[in-house]
Amino acid sequence: MTIIDWISDICLLVGGILTLTGAVGLLRLPSFYTRMHAASVTESLAATLLIIGIILDTGWTLDSAKLLLLIFIMIIANPTITHALCRAAANGGNTPEMETVNPLPGSTQAVSGSSQENQAQHETEISAKEPK
Amino acid sequence: MIAAAIVALLITLALTLIRAFMGPSIYDRILAVNSFGTKTVLLIVVGGHTLGWFSYIDIALMYALVNFVGTLAVMRFFEQYNPHGEQS
Repeated sequence: MTIIDWISDICLLVGGILTLTGAVGLLRLPSFYTRMHAASVTESLAATLLIIGIILDTGWTLDSAKLLLLIFIMIIANPTITHALCRAAANGGNTPEMETVNPLPGSTQAVSGSSQENQAQHETEISAKEPK
Repeated sequence: MIAAAIVALLITLALTLIRAFMGPSIYDRILAVNSFGTKTVLLIVVGGHTLGWFSYIDIALMYALVNFVGTLAVMRFFEQYNPHGEQS
C-alpha cells in the first residue's frame, strides 16, 4: 500500500464516522434547530471527506475532475439548503426555544416553543433550573 | 475501508429514514429527506466506485442537483403552511 492508499482509507473512515455522528444527532437531539445543526455541520465535511477518499483511490482521470465538481456542488448546495430551511421554519412559526431577557423590567421570560411537545419540553427544562 | 464507509452510509440511511417517519414537524421531515438525498449521492459514489459501475459520477451529479432543487421547491411550498390555524 502506498501512502495515498493510507490517506484514502483514513478519509473514508473519518467520513463514515462523521456520517454516523450526524445521523445519531439527527435522531437523538431534542428540538428542530439542534437537529438541523447536527445534520448540517457533519454533512459538508463528511461528504467532502468521502469523495476525497474516492478521488485518491481513482487517481488522475476524468472521474476525479467530475468528483471535484461534485464536491463543489455539495459545498455550495448544503449550506444553502440549511439556510433556506431555517428561514422557512422560522417563518412557518417554528420558533427556536431559547431564553431571552425581556427589555421590560421585572419580566424575564422564556420564549416558548410553539408546538405542544416543545412546550412540555421547555417547561421541564425551566422547572429543572433554579428560579431566578 | 470502503466497506466500512458503505456500512456507515447504510446505517445512516436507516436512521435518517426513522427521523423522516417520526419527525414531529414538517420541517424535520424535509431536513431528513434532504439528508437522505445527500447520503444517497455519497452511497452512489462510493458503491459505484467499488462495484465498477460505468459513469456513476454523472448519476451522482444529477442526483445532487435534483435533490437541491427538489428540497428548495418543497420548502417554498411549505414555507407559509399553516394546517389548522395553529402554528406548527
